[in-house]
Amino acid sequence: MALFFTQLLSGIQDGAVYASLAVALVLIFRTTGILNFAQGEMALYSTYIVWKLTTGGVPVWLAILISIVISFVGGAVIERVVIRPVERASPLVVVIVTIGMFLAINSLTQLQFGSGEHAMPSFYPQHTWRPGGVLVSSDTIALVGVLGVECLLLYFLLQHTKLGLAFRGVASNPESSRLLGVPVGRILMVGWGLAAAVGALAGALVVPTTTGLVPSSMQQILVFAFAAAALGGFDSVLGAVVAGLVVGVADALTTGYIHALHGIDLLVPFGLILLVLLFRPSGLFGSTRVERV
Amino acid sequence: MTRTQQQAIRLVIAVIAVAVVVQFFAWYFPTHYGPTDTRLFASAMYIGVAAMGLNLLTGYNGQVSIGHGAFFGIGAYITALLMDHQYSWFGLNFGHQNFLSTIPTVAVVTFVIGALVGFPALRVKGLYLALVTLGLAVVFPDLATRFVKGTGGTSLVSLTSTELAAPRWFPSQLSAQDQWAYTMAFAFALLGLVAVWVLARSRFGRSLIAVRDHEAAAASVGIDLARTKVTAFALSAMYAGIAGSLSVLVVQNASGDDKLVTFQTSIEFLVAVVIGGTATVVGPLIGGFAVVYIQKWATDAFPNKPIISPATFGIVLIVLMYVLPDGVVGGGRRLRGLAGRTLRARRRRDVNPAPL
Repeated sequence: MALFFTQLLSGIQDGAVYASLAVALVLIFRTTGILNFAQGEMALYSTYIVWKLTTGGVPVWLAILISIVISFVGGAVIERVVIRPVERASPLVVVIVTIGMFLAINSLTQLQFGSGEHAMPSFYPQHTWRPGGVLVSSDTIALVGVLGVECLLLYFLLQHTKLGLAFRGVASNPESSRLLGVPVGRILMVGWGLAAAVGALAGALVVPTTTGLVPSSMQQILVFAFAAAALGGFDSVLGAVVAGLVVGVADALTTGYIHALHGIDLLVPFGLILLVLLFRPSGLFGSTRVERV
Repeated sequence: MTRTQQQAIRLVIAVIAVAVVVQFFAWYFPTHYGPTDTRLFASAMYIGVAAMGLNLLTGYNGQVSIGHGAFFGIGAYITALLMDHQYSWFGLNFGHQNFLSTIPTVAVVTFVIGALVGFPALRVKGLYLALVTLGLAVVFPDLATRFVKGTGGTSLVSLTSTELAAPRWFPSQLSAQDQWAYTMAFAFALLGLVAVWVLARSRFGRSLIAVRDHEAAAASVGIDLARTKVTAFALSAMYAGIAGSLSVLVVQNASGDDKLVTFQTSIEFLVAVVIGGTATVVGPLIGGFAVVYIQKWATDAFPNKPIISPATFGIVLIVLMYVLPDGVVGGGRRLRGLAGRTLRARRRRDVNPAPL
């Protein structure tokens, strides 16, 4: 039983990471209908900012806050400068543009910070407990705690503020929102900014729990975040969180138990997604669109 | 001149032009350029072949896949293993084959796997489908690492120069290994191009487009949605598989254990389709060349800083999408349309001078 709970906790920890990047993907998808392939690399760049600041003697928590602010501005600028010109183009064109950004940001990050591996400090002390043989680490608590707080803040922002109302309005019908005087362009910038900020937080939290900061740190996480976003339904923040946790736990539990899956454990999350999508083609929490003929 | 005469002349000119181009690429290029150029050309053409297939699926049928790198990998592995290993099955030996005899196996296997993968596409659509195919690209390298036993027990299957050499019946002027690889890539690119051209104009091609544009309407006029979508998937997988086989001749091995590489290959195919021109016949092949040559230029431009080359490639992609959102072929068409309009406008001015 101890093994079960240890695996469960490790799954929840991974899941929290996938969930937070998935939330970033969903924030952009909801407002602009774009699947942002560069989300992981944007988070990577933000994480490098945190690392750079900490090597300069800035306390980690402050470095994370600064990076979040920079990322928010950076995300908004990217929306305005890079994405706006292709806003009305076909979705495939936008996909290619975000892929171009993926390549460009990754290689510019390497150019600026070098491609070596860096140790990344975390903002909480490293500690593990073993109540009843179950391995509990401070990583799990910190990641899940921060994800929880982040979700509450986003929920409050989206559901209980004027900005959130405008945001949801743009997501559901940009034309009507524009007629009602919502500055649609600025809301889109806010959406990208928020997503970049959420991604920055995710990167700064997850990298210390892995081996170190390298230019490919975020790529596997991005794939899982895509999976989580699809499983949860692309337009639901709650769905992204739940699905992120589901993917993490499914992955951890099967690798811990089924030896035949050793090395091919990715079959589990993607098999799960396929199964869910077959029964619910727009994810667990996604809104279905009725097609009129 | 009557209309039919004009058409006949046009046809003759087109046939001659095609013959000259084919002659140039089939004979002049491989005999007058070195291995570096022919290999680069060959890789552009196999990416083009995979992109042609993906274009049937994404361009004509509207189903986006970011996982065709997996089919590409399957094709590469089947060809490499069949050329390398000694297999016997029910007392029949299958190993140590030459390149061409592995193609039917690759075509059948990737077609069938493609059809199987296509079934979820009947229910799952758009981005969700793209994510399912992404799963394919991510899971495939793990499966390869686990199950492929190549040279020295690793998942890398490398082939010797004798195994990769051109067969004896091949003309000796074209029988260097790079020429053989080039010729095969060229032949299959041509074959693939003709097949897409025929398919796109056939009843099947029109039903692909109808399903893309309006599923319900397509179904209401009697198009079998399931069969159309699954066939599109299977065909595109087959194209990707054969492209993988061709890659074995060019890069001289097959490896599929790196997730990032499989993902990037899948992305390259999609990029080739979009920069060439979606739902056009020659677009994907042009796109294959664009992908390979832009990357080469990006690398050559900064010889001391290899890190910059992906950034250059990425930025060129973005700029291309701003300038040519409908791809090279679409851009060409727009240009021709513009020229045509100006010409017509001028002619009209000449015929009807403004009243004084």
